[in-house]
Amino acid sequence: MTDAIIRFDKVVKRFGDLTVLDELDFEVKKGEKVSIIGPSGSGKSTVLRILMTLEGIDGGVVYVDGEPLWHELREGALLPAGEGHLRRMRSKLGMVFQQFNLFPHMTVMRNITEAPVKVLGLSRKDAHLRAEELLDLVGLADQAKKFPHQLSGGQQQRVGIARALAMRPSILLFDEPTSALDPELVGEVLTVIGRLAEEHDLTMLLVTHEMRFAREISDRVCFFDRGQIREEGTPEELFTDPSEDRTREFLKAILD
Amino acid sequence: MLFGFEWDLTNPLNFAISILPILLVGMWVTIQATVLGFFVALVLGLVLAVLKSAQSRFVAWPAKLVTEFIRDTPLLVQLFFLYYVLPEYGIVLPAFMTGALALGIQYSAYTSEVYRAGIEAVGKDQREAARALNLSAANTFTHIVVPQAVPRIVPAMGNYLVSIMKDVPVLSVVTVLEMLNVAKIIGDRTFDYLVPLSLVGCLYLIMTLVASAGVRVLDTHLPKQGLPLK
Repeated sequence: MTDAIIRFDKVVKRFGDLTVLDELDFEVKKGEKVSIIGPSGSGKSTVLRILMTLEGIDGGVVYVDGEPLWHELREGALLPAGEGHLRRMRSKLGMVFQQFNLFPHMTVMRNITEAPVKVLGLSRKDAHLRAEELLDLVGLADQAKKFPHQLSGGQQQRVGIARALAMRPSILLFDEPTSALDPELVGEVLTVIGRLAEEHDLTMLLVTHEMRFAREISDRVCFFDRGQIREEGTPEELFTDPSEDRTREFLKAILD
Repeated sequence: MLFGFEWDLTNPLNFAISILPILLVGMWVTIQATVLGFFVALVLGLVLAVLKSAQSRFVAWPAKLVTEFIRDTPLLVQLFFLYYVLPEYGIVLPAFMTGALALGIQYSAYTSEVYRAGIEAVGKDQREAARALNLSAANTFTHIVVPQAVPRIVPAMGNYLVSIMKDVPVLSVVTVLEMLNVAKIIGDRTFDYLVPLSLVGCLYLIMTLVASAGVRVLDTHLPKQGLPLK
């Protein structure tokens, strides 16, 4: 196999009668920054949710780090994975949600330290130190004692990013991280994501409607339509000279 | 308890003062029945709520059926059932215990719904965030769901506490000497119902006001930063 850290092999996902992913083949290399664009309902977010084990799959195999994510190899057969396997696999991934999904009853500090303490077994002190570094990274060093509702949307999302990073994932998933933000707050979040993309060897998978941003930070952009990748390429190729009519239509509609 | 008890019938005020101590004894019984009944309702309601939200429908459905049955039959029927039927099967409980148990069972149907609503009000987004952070199911429940559900639950539970208190006089039909029963017996003996029943009303008002105030204090002191509460 290649050096793919994520590989979808003919993955099928259905919601009732609706086929969201239709035998999707998709690969991401280690350290690669990939943006997924496409119309709503095209299955973009579903790809991330499957990776984060928030949604199961109905067919095919998803590989993360060479291992099947939703299956376990037992006695030579691929069987549906148990919670133990899922937990082990999940530790490789982190997710930033569209609606931030911060824990409203915890301070910013507690939001970031809770999982490292409970899951990774860090001491409160070590978790605290790491959280301070991360808060510094996202530019919120002075907000540790506040509660999420005391922060702006952009600040909340930056806490969301710090929280995901605190678990030291090797793959970070961004599910439309700026879609719920007021326009003037989008920039600060994109700046943080952009800095991460530049300075870290994290593998990043970003579902977004921010075309200019996708173009700036991505190594590769994938255009999703009706459960499949309709077209993919470097940002240059895809944005300046798309080969598919469907891509051109979509870009025209969203950029105008 | 009322034998040998003296009262002063010279005028209403003296009468009221003379029967107040014995009414307070009845009030203490009322408070005990309320607390015990509420405790049973809280515990049994939680059990029912957990069973009702079970994945297996062989667990969930019977629990739902039981809840519905309890909720749709009168407290008095359940009380009589416990008081008269259980002894036939060798389970003999004091009248007070039977009464408190009946109250607790009746109200567990309501509290189970409060628990369920409180737990469900903690959105899917919170569970997903916890899952993405690899928190275990137990940690998610105790550290993410419960702290957010409790502040939502407290006011509704407080209302049921007051309701249970007001339902305690039903226990008089199985000879429990709670406050109303005591007042009625005094009335029977003295042919003056006005004073004892008025006193019962006043004492009840004090009890419910104190209970409501207590719930409100608890409610305002619970941490609920940023929780979308009504």
